[in-house]
Amino acid sequence: MSQAAKSERLMNLVICLLVARGYVPKSRIRQVVGGYGGQSDEAFERMFERDKEELREVGIPIETGSFDPFGDEEPGYRIHRQEFELPEIRLEPDEAAVVGLAARMWQHTFLSAASSAAVLKLQAAGIEADTRSISAVEPRVGGEEPAFWPLWEAVRDRRAVRFRHRKSAGTQPLLRHLQPWSVLSWHGRWYVVGYDVDRQAPRMFRLSRIVDNVQPDGPAGGFEVPPLEVVREAAANLAPPEQAQRSRARLRVRTGTGHALRRRAALVEAGDEPGWDEVTVTYSSPEDLAEELVVHAADVVVLDPPELRDAVVQRLQAIVKASA
Amino acid sequence: MTTPQRRRPRRSDSAPAQVARLLSMLPYLRSHPSTPVSEVARLFGVSERQVIRDLQVLWFSGLPGLQMGDYIEVDMEAVEGEGVINVANADYLARPLRLRTDEAVALIVALRTLASVPGSFDRGAIERAVAKLEDAAGEMAEQAASVQVKVDGDAVAEVAATVRAALDDQRRLHLSYWVPARDEATERDVDPMRLVVVDGRLYLEGWCHRAGAVRLFRLDRVLGIHLLDTPAQIPTDVRPRDLDAGLFQPSPDDELVTIELTTAGRWVADYYPHESAEELADGGLRLRLRARDRQWVRRLALRLGDSGRIVDPPDLSAEVTASAREALAAYGLQ
Repeated sequence: MSQAAKSERLMNLVICLLVARGYVPKSRIRQVVGGYGGQSDEAFERMFERDKEELREVGIPIETGSFDPFGDEEPGYRIHRQEFELPEIRLEPDEAAVVGLAARMWQHTFLSAASSAAVLKLQAAGIEADTRSISAVEPRVGGEEPAFWPLWEAVRDRRAVRFRHRKSAGTQPLLRHLQPWSVLSWHGRWYVVGYDVDRQAPRMFRLSRIVDNVQPDGPAGGFEVPPLEVVREAAANLAPPEQAQRSRARLRVRTGTGHALRRRAALVEAGDEPGWDEVTVTYSSPEDLAEELVVHAADVVVLDPPELRDAVVQRLQAIVKASA
Repeated sequence: MTTPQRRRPRRSDSAPAQVARLLSMLPYLRSHPSTPVSEVARLFGVSERQVIRDLQVLWFSGLPGLQMGDYIEVDMEAVEGEGVINVANADYLARPLRLRTDEAVALIVALRTLASVPGSFDRGAIERAVAKLEDAAGEMAEQAASVQVKVDGDAVAEVAATVRAALDDQRRLHLSYWVPARDEATERDVDPMRLVVVDGRLYLEGWCHRAGAVRLFRLDRVLGIHLLDTPAQIPTDVRPRDLDAGLFQPSPDDELVTIELTTAGRWVADYYPHESAEELADGGLRLRLRARDRQWVRRLALRLGDSGRIVDPPDLSAEVTASAREALAAYGLQ
């Protein structure tokens, strides 16, 4: 059967259920909707079930029910107009403009189809949301993460999930059980935040470190999502922590280099030799600071403390050794 | 470049997708009489031929029973003649479908993100639009917290405010700007074009007089900013760049570099666009990427230490070793 014939049948089914005063019995649908007529009982049943399912998937609410209080009549179907139609909405020109701009944010991401479809519906309702106008602010969010949809659907349905996740690159993946609260983007990476059932505390996981598929791990409506403020706070607390910076390092930094170090320096003084400054920075982990310093090669030399100096030297020696 | 991603199935050519499209197209055509076929095709992101096929489906749709007078009327003569669309006799489909949950979430989250940009514009309009969309979305609006996009805030708020003032008054800015790839502080005059917010990071896009070209400046790398009295003068033929091509697309002319990473160095593949990534037997990765700037790759290799090494080109690898030796010499070591 051609696709056009199927689309016509679906359109006519939608219209039939939408304009009816009450529930339409299946036998009546078979009579009046073109395309069902010539089918055997079995073929009709199969087609009708599938049609309903596919229409529901694109957001058309088909209800089943009956007005008969004794339930003797065969059940019928209808589309409740209030559930079907976009309610009355009017946007001022400046409001429509920001909606058009916002819709561009998701271009080339998993939400781009959804946001274009939403704008089309608003345009069909007479709202002139232009998605092409030039604006002084231009937002974009990137990233295509396969784990986004199963996790977002789990958040929406309040359904617990399980997945295997690597804590950091190179480590063995561990099985996690999570009640997901929210999926969030931060500096180009996507995370899911929620209640970690095993650890009995809120946790955040990077989507790109999820191995294989996200599996459902409980019924829909299986948990409560805490209020928005709690979710936001959990996300903020779980972001890579700013550790207490207890130690101080004295560095010799060549003039005109080490700008990031100078920006956060506690002290910058002229060095003993021309062309060099003495820069004091605070830090928490000598390994992390060593990784940052080694990038500057001969432009930054550690004066103090010795543990930091050794960490840098070790890294430099490893590079030389690897090339040998 | 990366593994193929699973997309949400929503093929525009399936029958249910066609019906969903028609349920938006029909009210659109009713409220926009005589719209050209080409315009409808552009709006709905389909070909003109597909629009004609869509109209043919409408042509055979109508009230149950489909007697004379029950059919939706499509003026096919006007479609074939002037190439414009007029429909009638479909009063029962005057309004589009309700927003689906993912559609409501996409718009509301994007608006909230826009509102959280420091120095952002039209905050009042954004808040009013969110309130109205939440009304229209009903219960679904509760799901808007299911997706969040965090935006750089306080740390860049002052710089953003100055950029905004410059955009409002169309005045030139003077920037002290740190270029991390070369660890260099640069001084430049920039005529601002717009504020770009990508993945929660703020950038000034503007005509840079030093480069004689359009450049993006990340606000958290601005060391100093001054609003000048000079009016901005952007060459008339200059356009903002197309963000959909990606912010920093390596050029095919850039040098191809191969790096072998150990398991500890695999993070590089997450951070930088690359041409290919090949798994190694020991759990490592062989990555091929395009390098615009040799200095940037050299710095990356130094940072990686023994968790990664450049295997090609060999002379770049030798440069890294030479830098490391020079640094060791500064400690009086070999």
